[in-house]
Formats: sequence, structure tokens, C-alpha cells
Amino acid sequence: MNGAPALVPLPYSPDQVAARLGSDWQPTLRSAHRWMILARTLDARMQALQRQGRVGFYGAATGQEAVNVAAGLASRPEDWVYPGLREQLVALVRGHPLVTYAHHLFADNLDPGRGRNMPCHPTAQEVRYVSMSSVIGTQIDHAVGTAFALRHRHEPGAVLAFFGDGATSSNDFHAALNFGAVWGAPVVFCCTNNQWAISVPVTHQTAAPSLAAKAAEYGLPGRQVDGTDFVAVFAEVRAALEQARSGGGPTLLEFVLYRMTAHSSSDDPTRYQPKDWAARAVAHDPVARLEEWLGRNRLLDADQRAAVAAECESAVRDAVEAAEATIPPVPASLTEDVYASGSTGWTD
Amino acid sequence: MTELTLVQAVNRGLAEAMRADPNVVLLGEDIGLNGGVFRATEGLYKEFGEQRVIDTPLSETGIVGTAIGMALNGLTPIAEIQFMDFIYPAFDQIVSELAKFRYRSGGQFPCHVVIRTPYGGGIKGGLYHSQSTEAYFCHTAGLKVVVPSTPADAKGLLLTAVHDEDPVVFLEPKRIYRAVTGEVPDGDHRVPFGKARLVREGTDVSLFAYGAMVPPTVEAAEALAKDGIQAEVVDPRTLVPLDEAAILASVEKTGRAVVVHEAARFCGFGAEIAALLAEKAFYSLKSPIARVTGYDTPFPYALENLYLPNADTIAHAARAAVQAA
Repeated sequence: MNGAPALVPLPYSPDQVAARLGSDWQPTLRSAHRWMILARTLDARMQALQRQGRVGFYGAATGQEAVNVAAGLASRPEDWVYPGLREQLVALVRGHPLVTYAHHLFADNLDPGRGRNMPCHPTAQEVRYVSMSSVIGTQIDHAVGTAFALRHRHEPGAVLAFFGDGATSSNDFHAALNFGAVWGAPVVFCCTNNQWAISVPVTHQTAAPSLAAKAAEYGLPGRQVDGTDFVAVFAEVRAALEQARSGGGPTLLEFVLYRMTAHSSSDDPTRYQPKDWAARAVAHDPVARLEEWLGRNRLLDADQRAAVAAECESAVRDAVEAAEATIPPVPASLTEDVYASGSTGWTD
Repeated sequence: MTELTLVQAVNRGLAEAMRADPNVVLLGEDIGLNGGVFRATEGLYKEFGEQRVIDTPLSETGIVGTAIGMALNGLTPIAEIQFMDFIYPAFDQIVSELAKFRYRSGGQFPCHVVIRTPYGGGIKGGLYHSQSTEAYFCHTAGLKVVVPSTPADAKGLLLTAVHDEDPVVFLEPKRIYRAVTGEVPDGDHRVPFGKARLVREGTDVSLFAYGAMVPPTVEAAEALAKDGIQAEVVDPRTLVPLDEAAILASVEKTGRAVVVHEAARFCGFGAEIAALLAEKAFYSLKSPIARVTGYDTPFPYALENLYLPNADTIAHAARAAVQAA
């Protein structure tokens, strides 16, 4: 040991986990573990492909898997998801096919978004995962509007709105929390505080005692949650969604996380992160924490772990192969979908 | 038919749309009990209630941003921005989000929001209650931009906007909200987008004007007629989509063009019409294309009548075009 902090274990007995997750806690944890391994496999593969020039851009979610998997598993099909940059796994957990996501990452002719958005900005309408822009914070308002519409149309469901710590400084964070609270809209504001807005640490983002603390000023409940603890995140998201669906109004959840990679494939964090950041992040690795707990409680052995890893490697390899074998978007698609009637006026 | 002012026609259009479809909702500042600062939503709160005529917190980005989310889940929101001068906090939502949802999602998330906003000068509103910045929105692919100039068109274009599938920026010429009255068809009256209105036929010069600039342009045409100059007046009504055929046909007939708008000249919408004519009607032109516009300054308070085009400045430009060749 060279002074690096040790892994922070999940502080639960099996009974406590059962109490938080419900009677099917074991399949939930196994499913969560498989999705986390898939996510990590995908992140590793895509970062490598980006370095090789085979994918144009990639924003890894390494370190944020617990939130993504918990949100995916705790939400229901009738719920909506407005993502930020690192929530694509929520779409996959909700049923968006991995191969379809690969088509998006390669911006090919089978990308549902037709290759128009950068990688990691997928469109997954069939699982109510809304197409995102790269503008910070704008989607939080959309989530409130969709939540209003759910209630207005007497539809079941609630909305998960994701954004990072940097977004809490945006105009739209303020507008959305205010509108959402005034309207009592069925929305859960999910702030993934990975402590970095590219290079700016969260301590430079706000002087508030926490991001969750901001909720009080809008008249909302706000809670800080260990975002690397799958059990805690799952329980909090499920409770907040239930409150929203039952007319109890919105909640702000702040998930404290550790960004374990660069902001994106275009970023070099050695320019600004302290030298001990990586070691601190590893101590809060959500995948390692869950695996350690599963191992300690004899729910996962080395062979099972290897089988999951092999299955995920295979799934990612197949998806990448399918995408790389697909042609780019056809040129005629350039001017389509600008308007309902098709293209813009001029083509000459 | 009913004789209405332009703002009454907007009001009737909104009521018509809301009666026809429970998914149509209005949101904006002061639009509820107060009926809007220009009274465009007068009586609607009483008829449809606070869940469909929503007095929002004071945030334009919140108004448009939440309207987008409503539209993505099956509502047809009609957002009111109290003055066009206050639309800029929502500019990001309009150009980055609303205009691009259909495109970036490959057509899976079309986003139909109508944004109504009073625009333009002549009401002693100074810098921040007078601007006419349609060009910002015309420049952004994915938006439609509509500017009625009569009560009948205000209702008819508004109902078309509500039944359209694309986002619409609906600019209401507040200077003539009450200055203009006209017969408005009752019921579901719709005026198609992309079809210009031939306001006045003529053979010597084409005057292109929209919104609050149509009345002084017609006045100019009447003055020109006394001098034996037959001016044609064409109101495009929708800037996006633009009725290029009507504009070209008029200039092919008259050989001369004057474009009128109250927005600043530089990169204004008149430049687009001038470019269109230069590209596609060049050999029909007998004299240079003229633009009669606001100055390239911020909108002034005390000198707004100097800033704005009027019948005299429009007629002067038309005479110069006719005398040039």
C-alpha cells in the first residue's frame, strides 16, 4: 500500500439491502452488476476506438455507472428521461438496443438520429429517452414541460431530468426548478455532481453548502446521495419517482460522484486535476464497490464475474462490428427533417 | 364575418384553437386574469381555466423551455413572449433546442411550439419595447416565421400555425393591434403559409412590405398613383417559408423593387429579398433594388418617427426607382 485510499465498502448487510431494494433484491443486484460491466466495457472500447480515429468523439461515464443503472432499473416504461452527457446507459437499461446505440456512436445510416448529433447524444424515442443538445441545462426546462403534460393529459409516469454540477449555474437550472416547484410537476431533478465541469471544480461553481441545498430556496426537497452506491441511488430515485407520480411534486437529488476519466476524448485532465484525484476516485469506484459487496456476501464469484465480462465483451464487439459494417448516412438525408414537410427550400 | 381589430382577431384565433383541441395550452406572463398586457388573451382564462391559460413565473427561457417539453409530450403550447425585445433569454431555447429537435432526432422528436410575440416600433416604447428582429429567427433553419398585417391574416395564419407541425415564431405588429380593423371570417379560418398576399396591383414598381409596414406602404402606393406611378404592393405574410414565386412574378412584371421593413438594414430580411431578385430576376430589373428600413442603430425613443419608414420615405424610394430607368 502506497498511501492510496482503500476502496470504500458499501455499508449494508444483506437484510438492509433487501429492505431498500425490495424482495427481488438479488436479481436487481445481478442485473445492475451486468449493466455496470457492460458500461465499463463499452467505455473502454469506445475510448480506444476514438484514439484510433474510428469514432469521432466519446464522453465516458466511467464512475457514474451506479446512477445510470439505478435510474434505468428504478424507472418505469411510462417515465421519461432527459439526459445530460453521460446518461446513455439509462437508455440501454430501459431497453434501447446496444447495437442501435453503436450505430449512433458511429453516426452511420442506421443511427435513429441519422448521424446528425455528435456521439453520446443518442435518440431513443421508444424508451422515452429524449434527444439532447450539447447546451448545458436547457433540457431541465423540457423535463418540467413534459412532466406538466403528463399530468395535464392524465398519463401515468414521471420525468427524470439529468444534468451535471456545472449546469446548476445555468439559467435553465434556475428556471426549471422554479417552474417545476410552482407547478408541482412530476419530475425528479437528478444532478450528477462528478465534481468537475470540464476543468472547473465544483468549489468554483457555487458557494452553497451543497448542490442539494439549493432545492430549499425553490421550495423543494433536496437530498445529497452517495452516487457511487447503487443501493442508495436506486432507493432514492425510486422514492422520488413515486412521490412525483403520486402528485407529491419534484425532488432535487444530488449524486456525489467521481469522474474517473477525462471530461471527453478532447480533454486532458492532467492540466487541472490534483495528482491524488485518480486514487480518490478509484476508492469510490461504483463498480468495484458493488462487486466487493457481492463477493463478500457470496453472490458473485470469480467464474461468474468472468462470465459476465466475457458476455459483455462479446456484446460490445458484435455491436461495433455491426456499426462499422454500415454505410454513412446517405447524402440526401442532409436536408431532411428540418421541417415536417422535409427539406429547406433551396437545394441548388 | 366579424369586424375586428388585429389583436381581437388574435384573441378569436386563440379561442378557436383552444375550443377545438383540449391539448392546446397558453403560457406566458400576465396572460391569465390580466388577459395579457395587450389583452390578446382577454377572457381566455375565464373560459379555459388556469391549467390551460398559464401565468408563468417571469422567465422567458422557462416559458419556451417548458413549452418545448410540453410539445414533446403531446400538447400544443402557444407561448406568449410579452415583447419581442424580451425574447432573448429564450433565444437559446428557440435556436438551439426548438429549431433543432426534429433534425437532431431524425424526426423522432418533432417539436411543435407556437411562440407569439408583439414586435415593432411606433408605440413610444424606446429601445426595449420596439425591436423588430425577425432576421435572427429567419436565419435559423427549422423555424417558421410569420408576420400578419391584417386582422383576417392574424387569425388565419395563427390557426395555420397551431395546426402546423413545425415550430412557429408568430410576430404580431403591435403598432397596428388596434389601428387596423377588418372583416374576419368566423370559425376555423386558415391562411396557408408560403403564400404572399397581393395587396395592390401595379405595373411600374413592386413594393414588398410585411406587418406594420404594410399600411404606410399602401399609403405610399396611393400617393404614387396620383403621380401616375402604378405601384404593386406584395405582403409575403410568412418570411419562412417565403413565397419566392410571388416576389419574382411581381418584379418580372414591374422591373423595379423596393423592400420595406422597420428592422435595421444590415443583414435585415430585405437583403434576402434583394439577393433573391439578384439571383433569379436579374434580367427583369430595370433599376437598382432599393431598401427602405430602420437605421443601423439601436431603436430610439424620442426620434422613433425618424427611425421608422413611412409613406413619404417609401414613396420617395419608389419614385427614385422609377425615375432611374
